[in-house]
Amino acid sequence: MRVFTYERAASPAEAAAAAQRTPGARFIAGGTNLLDLMKLEIETPTHLIDVNGLALDKIEALPGGGLRIGALVRNTDLAADQRVRHDYGVLSRALLAGASAQLRNKATTAGNLLQRTRCAYFYDTNQPCNKRMPGSGCSAIGGFSRQHAVIGASEACIATHPSDMAVAMRLLDAGVETVRAGGATRVIPIADFHRLPGDTPHLDTVLAPGELITAVTLPPPLGGTHFYRKVRDRASYAFALVSVAAVIRPDGSGRVALGGVAHKPWRAEAAEARLPSGAKAVIGQLLAGAQPTEENAFTITLAERTLAAILADQERIKR
Amino acid sequence: MNDSSDINKSRREILKAGALSAGAAAVPALAATPAHGAGPAAPVLGKVSITVNGARHQLELDTRTTLLDVLREHLHLTGTKKGCDHGQCGACTIMLDGRRINSCLTLAVMHDGAAITTIEGLGTPRTLHPMQAAFISHDSYQCGYCTPGQICSAVAVLDEIKQGIPSHVSPSLTERPLLSVEEIRERMSGNLCRCGAYSNIVDAIVDVAGGAA
Repeated sequence: MRVFTYERAASPAEAAAAAQRTPGARFIAGGTNLLDLMKLEIETPTHLIDVNGLALDKIEALPGGGLRIGALVRNTDLAADQRVRHDYGVLSRALLAGASAQLRNKATTAGNLLQRTRCAYFYDTNQPCNKRMPGSGCSAIGGFSRQHAVIGASEACIATHPSDMAVAMRLLDAGVETVRAGGATRVIPIADFHRLPGDTPHLDTVLAPGELITAVTLPPPLGGTHFYRKVRDRASYAFALVSVAAVIRPDGSGRVALGGVAHKPWRAEAAEARLPSGAKAVIGQLLAGAQPTEENAFTITLAERTLAAILADQERIKR
Repeated sequence: MNDSSDINKSRREILKAGALSAGAAAVPALAATPAHGAGPAAPVLGKVSITVNGARHQLELDTRTTLLDVLREHLHLTGTKKGCDHGQCGACTIMLDGRRINSCLTLAVMHDGAAITTIEGLGTPRTLHPMQAAFISHDSYQCGYCTPGQICSAVAVLDEIKQGIPSHVSPSLTERPLLSVEEIRERMSGNLCRCGAYSNIVDAIVDVAGGAA
């Protein structure tokens, strides 16, 4: 690990200001992803700004319904919150499907959104990777691409976003609250928060340099039955081959988002409108234009069958 | 014809898989690591005060020191093991302010004022923690390297179920999770055992929980 200086931030705005004035600075909260990458020298911050002391660890009810989840709320606490379990079950289920209990006890809400990809070539510093080293090339293209993107990828990068929580947040139309160095705040719709790789795959999100996430907001509850179904190589503690988040209403309408298929959680409102026609119709539209490789083409079928299993569960629940 | 194309295909698959392992390909120099400008030239020290198994320690440490390395290298509490050092194996599991974490994936300087319990703080050779005794009576290990992490995690699992924290396999999110073998297996999935003592580990945990599973 490279040498770095360290400070504890006193307020969100001061943390953002410190990050902007210090080249090579990074925020640290749970640290479960950043420290892993620092040990491998994939991330090489020269200065760490510890934001754990900022009082951003509360889940508050919003007037008019909805929840405001502090950036530092740990994954375990968010999954176990009674309001989340009752009204946003898909979020609890997604969180509990990710990582291990030890990691969920440390990992934060904001940090979960900011996870880097698990592409094996991003992790292998002996290989070119445009996300790790812009301009060096993409080893995954033409490489072993079983767990890479089937849609939304580019000629520079075919990595996927590893988060389960982010897929549920996308389904729920969450908002990402931030503060910048000057103290200016904004709310970024989750749909716009993560980027497609394009020709700048080293940028995972639309956050400006030094911009700090302070909270994630959830709109009022959607009702319906909540599902998060994750398919992986092991029954527990593995990243998704494909995951399907869904909320299905009694009349058969609802929402669907996919994880493990793209550089960001994948959802299209027009595809959801086809829910009454069944899983094949929804996934056909949601993944229209997919460009899978020989090794990951199976994930399209898997997504369709996983959604079909959810719809079958929903039928069982209704009866 | 078909035979030869199959052979070519499998050879290509093998080459692709091989490229994932270190050292398989020529190394382009620029691909190694991005440079974010010059960092500090010499190690930077930070002060931290932590309580470990009831004893308070004032330390001045390289900011890069993980909680795991403080325990093992500075406080000489070598019960906590370094397995993968990347949060994948669970051998370094400890209790931080009452919750289990991977001590390899957090920096000591981030934990000023924290209270830590390691395997040495759970019980002693004369007065074993019930979970330690159960691991012995159920033969829940072979080489023993993952065992301190397994025991810390196992103690936390029973506490988390008691607190009503749900898991991936809990049938309902709105009802309290029940103790079952399925729940124990899911909740212990962050602790790997290369000797494969899993079934006896589950038996030990069920025993301590009162055999309710």
